[in-house]
Amino acid sequence: MLIPILLACAVIGVISIIIGLVLGVMSEKFRIEEDPREHAIRELLAGSNCGGCGYAGCDAYAHAIVYDGADPTLCAPCHEKSKIGAIMGLDIKDTEKLVAFVKCSGNCHTALDNYIYTDGRDCRIAYSAPGHGAKKCGFGCCGLGTCASVCPHDAIRIIDGLAHIDRSKCMACGLCVSVCPNKLIEIIPDRAPYVVACSSKWKGKNVKAACSVGCIGCGMCQRVCEHDAIHVTDNLAKIDYSKCVGCGKCAEKCPCKIITIGHKE
Amino acid sequence: MSFFSTLFLGIISAALVNNVVLSRFLGLCPFLGVSKKTSTAVGMGTAVIAVITLSSAITFVIDHFILRENLRYLRTIVFILIIAALVQTVEIILKKKIPSLYKALGVYLPLITTNCAVLGVAIDSAQKSYTFVETMVYSVGTAVGFLVAIVLMSGIRERIEHNDIPESFKGMPIVLVTAGLMAIAFFGFKGTIG
Repeated sequence: MLIPILLACAVIGVISIIIGLVLGVMSEKFRIEEDPREHAIRELLAGSNCGGCGYAGCDAYAHAIVYDGADPTLCAPCHEKSKIGAIMGLDIKDTEKLVAFVKCSGNCHTALDNYIYTDGRDCRIAYSAPGHGAKKCGFGCCGLGTCASVCPHDAIRIIDGLAHIDRSKCMACGLCVSVCPNKLIEIIPDRAPYVVACSSKWKGKNVKAACSVGCIGCGMCQRVCEHDAIHVTDNLAKIDYSKCVGCGKCAEKCPCKIITIGHKE
Repeated sequence: MSFFSTLFLGIISAALVNNVVLSRFLGLCPFLGVSKKTSTAVGMGTAVIAVITLSSAITFVIDHFILRENLRYLRTIVFILIIAALVQTVEIILKKKIPSLYKALGVYLPLITTNCAVLGVAIDSAQKSYTFVETMVYSVGTAVGFLVAIVLMSGIRERIEHNDIPESFKGMPIVLVTAGLMAIAFFGFKGTIG
């Protein structure tokens, strides 16, 4: 019983060792001097060989950057382009992952309706109805899913009458931004730690009457922010993502709880 | 029949009548994956010819002298080892000696390791206990069949691009339909040679 097992192990082992030796000798014998920059750039590229850059793979693209002067910014999933630039002696800025974000929290439980709107075809039609749709708030999401119907990546779902974006699927193409009649969708950096989920520019009293999760423009967030990153203009808070450090004090203090963690699903 | 006519018939039989892709359905992933452009399809096809021919010769020797009697069951694992090592070796040599070809093949060369047509040919000829000459004829014929199939497919796909295809059939669905029709066309060779 034991002998066939040992025999099989011996055969495979010997063959593997021979193959290993042959490959080792070959790679030593046929070694070619590669530009170290090529290897370094290859490490920075995404490495999925998607071919999105137009070359046969990441190796070919890295080679083309070093030897053929190819444009070093073609790798879409690579967000460390400044490092590639540093290797090649070029000044290139990093790009960051962007996502679409719906600046509204008013779903069918939190936002009140003025009237019953029955035509469920298209937000752009609903927008032409009195008060920009059935919701009392004149800025809120109509919830009829025009953005979802144009999304090529299937990243938008309408849940309880409010559009939600799945960040893992969103490619920040901006199609939804262009069709939303209320201009509710904004392309923001994916790393944005906190976001303001409201677009209402009404005064606080009117907002309160229409929706329990609307920005009343109280300015509490602006006062607690130590980094000058959030400002209330036109009764609406807005975060400057280049200054925000993600301390979360604004979200803690917000009486309406509309400043939420950006990475939530 | 003379030696050469047998040889010729063997190659025709392996390349057309029993086409590796279209009647035995081996090596479908490169057939569908690398057939977008004729130039890359030709590159992939020639690389497959080289690898299949070399690997059949080596696996024949190994099968004949090492994997005898009660070690037969080790065929699959040993063959995979050999093919992977061979592809690596070919890659190393190409990179040094013919960089232009290496560049043209790009990522497709290492992909041949997982091309089941290569393993299929090696195992098939071992199981049918072919002689060395038969093995070589069979493997070259099969590899040529792969080249023919993938080049035909890439030619069709380049033309499909410009046609008005229903939305739901765009991309892979129409390619699979095409592959099915090609398989039916190749079925017409059945019965011409035994």
